[in-house]
Amino acid sequence: MAHVVPAGQKWWSGGKSPFNVEYGKLMMWYFLMSDSFTFGAFLISYGTDRFASNSWPDPNEAFKAFPGFPHTSLPLVFVSLMTFILIMSSVTMVLAVAAGHSGDRKKVTLYMILTIIGGLAFLSCQAWEWTHLWHEGAWWGRNPFQNADHSQSTTNFTNFFFTITGFHGFHVFSGVIVNVIMLIKNLRGDFVRKGHYLMIEKAGLYWHFVDLVWVFVFTCFYLL
Amino acid sequence: METTGRDNAHTKFDTRPIWRTFWVLLVITLVEITLATIHMKTEFPPKMVLNGIYLILTCAKAFYIIAEFMHLRHEIKNMIMTIAVPACLFIWFILAFMIDGASYNALRNRYDRHYADQSKVKVEQPAEKPNSPE
Repeated sequence: MAHVVPAGQKWWSGGKSPFNVEYGKLMMWYFLMSDSFTFGAFLISYGTDRFASNSWPDPNEAFKAFPGFPHTSLPLVFVSLMTFILIMSSVTMVLAVAAGHSGDRKKVTLYMILTIIGGLAFLSCQAWEWTHLWHEGAWWGRNPFQNADHSQSTTNFTNFFFTITGFHGFHVFSGVIVNVIMLIKNLRGDFVRKGHYLMIEKAGLYWHFVDLVWVFVFTCFYLL
Repeated sequence: METTGRDNAHTKFDTRPIWRTFWVLLVITLVEITLATIHMKTEFPPKMVLNGIYLILTCAKAFYIIAEFMHLRHEIKNMIMTIAVPACLFIWFILAFMIDGASYNALRNRYDRHYADQSKVKVEQPAEKPNSPE
């Protein structure tokens, strides 16, 4: 499981990375930790507010639309599609990293393109969802949905939804930009010149983090 | 099999664990959605139980993404600890605040009559949708 190291190996005496991993990769991990605390703080404040309320809108009532099927109630279908798209793009990203380890430049190009397409597809879906909700009358400060027990609901429902999915969408967007830059660098042969594809690996960590956050956002807003 | 750091440029990287993880994630997500749909139609299982199941399954998905996609499982143990220990503390943080919110709600309902009654007032369904073109 964990990487095996020889016993008695001095890791902290200098000259090598104590975790046998490149500095940039370790720092990316710790950046992701800090970012997960930020997302966690948002989700915790959402959860605390929701638990402190007597009732809350039913997500299966608020989020039941699907593009191309107006006036049809399809709860969870669209968001499942979004989850599938993002997980698929995570898989293609891992395959890109794997291709990098094998030194296969063409495959890295292919998988990076697929990952970028996945990211753009997810962003389009999220944009559709936001537009649809806006047409329903939802926005920051405007909540057209009632609580599940038909009492007056708080605008915190939509405030939290748009803020957290917006913050996540911003991360997806910046991740797509980073992936495009990685693709361009790969096409120019930068990684062949360097002799390693470590940058793709670091971009991969960021992309998986984006997927991971979505798993939690999906659970908190649509399932719980 | 696979090693950390730089590989021989001609080593074939084993992609089977990646696809296995994909299937695991897909199946877990499908189970969650199936349970959600069953609950919607039949009110079974009870919401509290369902939420517990969701949280466990979500943590399982998170574990697989971090361990396999992000490759953390194959790093040096002490490095894994620098991520896992703060994560566990963070989970404590999450639970504590959920419980705090629930406690706040229970106490407020008990001691604030106006708040408890206010949540029982029902509202009319609005007929028009403000932003739609119709």
